[in-house]
Amino acid sequence: MASPSDSTAELLTPDVAQRVLARALASGGDFAEVFAERRSGLTMAIDESRIESVQSGAEEGAGVRVLSGGTTYFAHVDGLDPGDLERAAAEAAAALSGGRAEPRELRAVATTPQPIEQRPEDVPAERKAELLRELDETGRGVAGEIEQLLASYVEARRRVAVANSAGLLTGDDRTRVRVGAQAVARRADRVETGAETLGGHRGFELLEDAAEIAESAAGKALKLLDARPAPTGSMPVVVGGGFGGVLFHEMTGHGLEADHVQKGASVYAGKLGERIAKPLLTAYDDGRLPGEWGTDAIDDEGTPTQKTMVIEEGRLTSYLYDRLRAERDSVESTGNGRRESFRHLPIPRMTNTYIAPGDAEPEAMIAEVEKGFYAVSFAGGQVDPATGDFVFGVSEGYLIEGGKVTAPCRGATLIGNCLDALAAIDAVGDDFWMKSGICGKGGQSVPVGTGQGHVRIAAMTVGGTQT
Amino acid sequence: MNDEAALVTRAIEDAIGAGAADAEAYLSEETTREVRVHDGEVESLTAATGRGVGVRAWIDGRVGYAFGTDISREGVAAIARRAAASARVADEDEYAGPPQPGEPFHPLEGLSDPSVGEWSTERVTELALAVEREALAADSRVVGVEQAVYVDGADRVAIAASTGVSGEFEASSCYAYLQALAEGEGGRETGLGFGLARGPAGLDPAAIGREGAERATAMIGAGKPASRSCPVVLDPTVAASFTGLLGGALGADAVQRGRSPLADRVGEEVAGEAFVLHDDGLDTGGFAASPVDGEGVPRRRTALIEGGRLLGYLHDTYTARRGSAESTGNAGRRGYRSQPSVSASNLIVAPGRLRLSELIAEAGEGVFVTDVAGLHSGVNPVTGVFSVGASGRAIRDGAPAEPLREFTIASDLVSMLRSVRAAGSEARWVPFGGSVSTPGLLIGEMAVSGT
Repeated sequence: MASPSDSTAELLTPDVAQRVLARALASGGDFAEVFAERRSGLTMAIDESRIESVQSGAEEGAGVRVLSGGTTYFAHVDGLDPGDLERAAAEAAAALSGGRAEPRELRAVATTPQPIEQRPEDVPAERKAELLRELDETGRGVAGEIEQLLASYVEARRRVAVANSAGLLTGDDRTRVRVGAQAVARRADRVETGAETLGGHRGFELLEDAAEIAESAAGKALKLLDARPAPTGSMPVVVGGGFGGVLFHEMTGHGLEADHVQKGASVYAGKLGERIAKPLLTAYDDGRLPGEWGTDAIDDEGTPTQKTMVIEEGRLTSYLYDRLRAERDSVESTGNGRRESFRHLPIPRMTNTYIAPGDAEPEAMIAEVEKGFYAVSFAGGQVDPATGDFVFGVSEGYLIEGGKVTAPCRGATLIGNCLDALAAIDAVGDDFWMKSGICGKGGQSVPVGTGQGHVRIAAMTVGGTQT
Repeated sequence: MNDEAALVTRAIEDAIGAGAADAEAYLSEETTREVRVHDGEVESLTAATGRGVGVRAWIDGRVGYAFGTDISREGVAAIARRAAASARVADEDEYAGPPQPGEPFHPLEGLSDPSVGEWSTERVTELALAVEREALAADSRVVGVEQAVYVDGADRVAIAASTGVSGEFEASSCYAYLQALAEGEGGRETGLGFGLARGPAGLDPAAIGREGAERATAMIGAGKPASRSCPVVLDPTVAASFTGLLGGALGADAVQRGRSPLADRVGEEVAGEAFVLHDDGLDTGGFAASPVDGEGVPRRRTALIEGGRLLGYLHDTYTARRGSAESTGNAGRRGYRSQPSVSASNLIVAPGRLRLSELIAEAGEGVFVTDVAGLHSGVNPVTGVFSVGASGRAIRDGAPAEPLREFTIASDLVSMLRSVRAAGSEARWVPFGGSVSTPGLLIGEMAVSGT
């Protein structure tokens, strides 16, 4: 087979790739790579029941890197003409002064991009506007107290090709769609918001029932109108499924990324093989889950994505590697070398990270709690992998009193330290689902999936607004 | 006419040829350089060039946007056609339209520092290495640096609209930062140090390294504070994050759409008298400075809060028309990939008379907050209610005492502002929350949740 796939071959022909790699290694280096990308997308929004912010983008460019000793030399350019690519190669090699190194002959490796039933770009823009109007009507129709409904639609296609001096030439064709809804509810002076999203590495077919998310967003905002200030203090916390998985993403996933680990900037450094959680906890990073938001055929270094078990029955089993960090630890890349675009260097990143379903029934997990907090979903979270300190904003939360979910609470924050909280997980539910998120690290945003069933943490600090 | 001006003029003509009644084009070209060092070695060296065009098209009160990196003749025409096609999908909005020519803009001195172009890669690499060395030398408990980073860049921007508005400028910027690691009691502590300037000659690597070391070592042995309501001192980096949130609430777009805690409050008392806030797009100390905003309207200085009273909001052309006001030159845009929307330029909190140590003395007993986390998830932008993670030090007997971590501070934006009792005398430019210059602030009372 002469080219990686029909849609990516035009980005980077074997001839051009070979020439660019040779130019990149003209002044020495242990490894060179060219990453070519064509990205296009359409976004639009509805606000005040009016379609607005309609925006279409088309970008193309390439990044060339040369590894020499412990240093990465990187250059990127806008444009994909052979001249642009060679300019990037020359720029990346500019600071090197060694003798010429020779790239190996390229061998094209075929990949199977995720199947897309209905290409978003083939759907008329008016249909997408219509979808947003449906969200608007659905959300506003939930109750008279829904004062505002904002919704957005995003489609993005990234065609990528990667060639490196080890002889790899491959590519991927990635299509993602995502809709989001935010509702604002008002009752007298009380104003609350609720949000919901739906996204996947899928075509427009994913959005058939998208209007439901507006209903869900409106429902969350309405519940908060009746919410009381969140409690304060340490208590058992039951975390909801789906986006509840962002807790694991933040408090464990980031600390498993090998760049943090190798610099001693992770609380999980040196803990491989050790028990860090109760045996009921098994977790994965899986870049191959069909149609999921964080799924790709290959990572952005051309390594096939894979399913990596990171915690097996409480024991830490693997870190997440890109090529560079894998080489340092003398292991294989786990296919986690991702980058936001050709303008960024690949670094270890999660794909779809999740806690595998356990055997507890969610109702029973709550029934066992005398006094605690039920965090159904989060607005987001943040962690310092080096110290393990994390914080999460709860977007939907309730009190648990006498084994029952009672009053909704607003303004809750979960705060704690990763290793303590992970070890305190004492029940994992048998329900399971995934949600889409955008993860930021080192100035790069990438799509990631998070998932789990209900999870209970025996004790965690809830920082509320109740005084 | 130079090449840039010719290109934007052609993009406007192309959009009108594609059916737009009015059009605007924005061209930017940039070069950037980044050095990351770790453990005395260069980890990565990045050199980049980029350029792209964004076109806004208006058809019968409908507005659409398109952007791209292909600036060939046909590439620009395709972007212009896509902008017109985008406009046809949008709904009509009576206030939509390009700015009309007003007073001409004046070139702004001080946006570029020649040292960006003059300093060789070796020299800026040495600067990044010095940042790391200084942190390690500052305190024996600093056991490493996760990374020390130096970044610089230069931009050229040209903008024009079919109404005759036009503007162009060049600017340079650079910054360096590091994340220092200190060996704590049973764990590691991190500390961020940073500096900003128009060029590398303006950076002080020793100060950046020391700041990272001080922040990391300060957290060793930190515990949780008792939950209570007490005086809180925010250091400038934390004050900047909250000021950035405030800037969002002062954007007329959020106000007009009923999504700001400061909506309909002009003339009201919204802050303690010690809190004085301006937006100044002409202050070249801040990276948001430029002679014109993202749609070619001259930048200016806008008083927002004085004497405790809210004086007005930040406007772009759209919100000005909708609110029967005048644009304050606050159409922000993040390069050619984003269409303009209202945003603060440089937010400037006026310094007061007390030094930081005196603010802490004035607090008497309370908490000194040196870092906050989770601002993107712990704040309701519509109501201004927030609960965010924090770390810092206890304040006892008017002096900084033991370090504190894993607690939250909670309030709402307006209550917090009203509770500002004093602003410090030592203001600093901070890149968090946009571009903000602020001193530390003493808040009379805030809810602290720890144990």
